[in-house]
Amino acid sequence: MLQVAELRKSYSGTEVVRGVSFAVAAGECYGLLGPNGAGKTTTLRCCLGLTASDGGHISLAGLPVPAAARAARARTGVCPQFDNLDPDFTVAENLVVYGRYFGIPRDLMRERVPRLLEFAGLEDKAAARLDALSGGMKRRLTLARALVNDPQIIFLDEPTTGLDPQARHLIWDRLKSLTASGRTLILTTHFMDEAERLCHRVAIMDRGAMIAEDAPRRLIGAQIEPHVVEIYGEGVREFARDTAPRYAQRVELTGETAFCYCRDAAPLLESLQAHSALRALSRAANLEDVFIKLTGRDIRD
Amino acid sequence: MTEPLIERCGLRYLHVVGRNFLVWRKLMYASMLGNMADPMIYLVGLGFGLGGFMPAIEGMRYINFLAGGMLCYSAMNSATFEALYSAFSRLKIQRTWEGIMHAPMTAADVVLGEWIWAALKATLSGAAMLIAMYLLGLVHGLRPLAVMPVVLLIGLAFSGLGLIMTALAKSYEFFIFYFTLVITPMMFLSGVFYPRSALPPVVQAIGAVLPLTHGADLARGLTLGTPMAHPLLDVLVLAGYATCGVSVSVLLIRRRLLK
Ligand SMILES: Nc1ncnc2c1ncn2[C@@H]1O[C@H](COP(=O)(O)OP(=O)(O)OP(=O)(O)O)[C@@H](O)[C@H]1O
Ligand SMILES: [Mg+2]
Repeated sequence: MLQVAELRKSYSGTEVVRGVSFAVAAGECYGLLGPNGAGKTTTLRCCLGLTASDGGHISLAGLPVPAAARAARARTGVCPQFDNLDPDFTVAENLVVYGRYFGIPRDLMRERVPRLLEFAGLEDKAAARLDALSGGMKRRLTLARALVNDPQIIFLDEPTTGLDPQARHLIWDRLKSLTASGRTLILTTHFMDEAERLCHRVAIMDRGAMIAEDAPRRLIGAQIEPHVVEIYGEGVREFARDTAPRYAQRVELTGETAFCYCRDAAPLLESLQAHSALRALSRAANLEDVFIKLTGRDIRD
Repeated sequence: MTEPLIERCGLRYLHVVGRNFLVWRKLMYASMLGNMADPMIYLVGLGFGLGGFMPAIEGMRYINFLAGGMLCYSAMNSATFEALYSAFSRLKIQRTWEGIMHAPMTAADVVLGEWIWAALKATLSGAAMLIAMYLLGLVHGLRPLAVMPVVLLIGLAFSGLGLIMTALAKSYEFFIFYFTLVITPMMFLSGVFYPRSALPPVVQAIGAVLPLTHGADLARGLTLGTPMAHPLLDVLVLAGYATCGVSVSVLLIRRRLLK
């Protein structure tokens, strides 16, 4: 559905996408992860022909981009990182007017709008003005708008950022149903649990380059020990320096917490019995641990 | 690498015109009232008030002379406001254009649509002015209706120029320069309120290349039946401004949006 080869993009001399290559198969949900400024949005915009790239080859829905970007967008749905709904129209009008840009006949649109509103959980907001919607409602409307042309492939740039848990769960549910109906999704997110839940495969981008790509479970298995013990409290520094390395394969001290990555957590937990001032949280390794290991703990931007 | 500039010639820009029309329709009556009232106030105020002290100009009453100029002036204003403030809010503030381009629409589609839309609003203002002229008994019969295509052309010229400014603007403040340096001088150099022959020769020469001058000459000729010195040249100059304006604004806005 989407092939990207050696994609490059610079902004005023700084290369923000540095030779990125990946391919997304039909029916797949593919996640693009990466710290702020990694180049996720820029990559997606290049794929859609919305930003001029400086090199590389892109094929979207079987069409070359940017040469046939317009035709490719006709088969694609886009949920951008920042909402750009039309504030001059009501909720339902937003969908109807958007359908026109795809050349969808009015009658067909009239049929689709109620289903789209239902999909977004906005049935009783059809006539509402946009400024009467909450952030979550706007996001759901943007998602519904991305589906007006019944696309086979959908780009979702941080679809759940800024939403409360209820709204996130609703969006996850909708995205799962899209995947179940055979649609191809390309998703960026800062929530690793979201990527683990929804994506068949994820890629991790950092500073414009792709540094890992695989199924979430396999990435976790390949990159990191299966157990993580987070330890904090009085004397954690000494414990991390003297004791922990004997039981954990890797120990990282950041601020006041020691992250101990172990093949087996039991001996480490046992050794903690002697340190009553320390508190510990033992859990299975997850995608976030992989993400942090590969991209570091420093704040970007 | 970018999308091709001109694809197979489509009519997709009509979707943008349609979008703006739908928004306009919501406030149609208020907007039309403004369209009618504004030129009427000027015509009655300046035409009768000031005109009472004026001798005949080029063989006509001052109010007739003024009406011909005001017709073009209100078309210019209408197109300019739409292409600057309204278009800029859709470009930058509301990001409507960005949303449209996530659909199978190109920057050229968007700009062409906005260009035509602003010219249509200018035509509407011109029509309101013409109706005012009929109501005041300044024009008679069907012949003056021939001015409407010219008003559309004036609209296209100023809409194109305005969109160039919008393409370059970082904020609304930028437009103040355009008004002070271009639109306001144009109003005084183009023979809207008084004949250009009243101005020093150098200033007249500047006026001779301005689009509003050619619009005003045409409009007076067509509505009031005064002789036109070079109607074909007038049309060509306006068409030239319109074509250059829209071409440059397509290139600039495309570059800005596809950055
Ligand atoms: N229009 C632009 N002009 C100049 N620089 C830009 C532009 N757009 C993006 N950048 C820069 O390109 C880099 C990548 O930005 P991009 O938006 O693709 O990152 P991202 O991975 O989507 O980040 P985030 O998670 O914060 O959304 C950043 O350093 C950003 O500052
Ligand atoms: Mg982004």
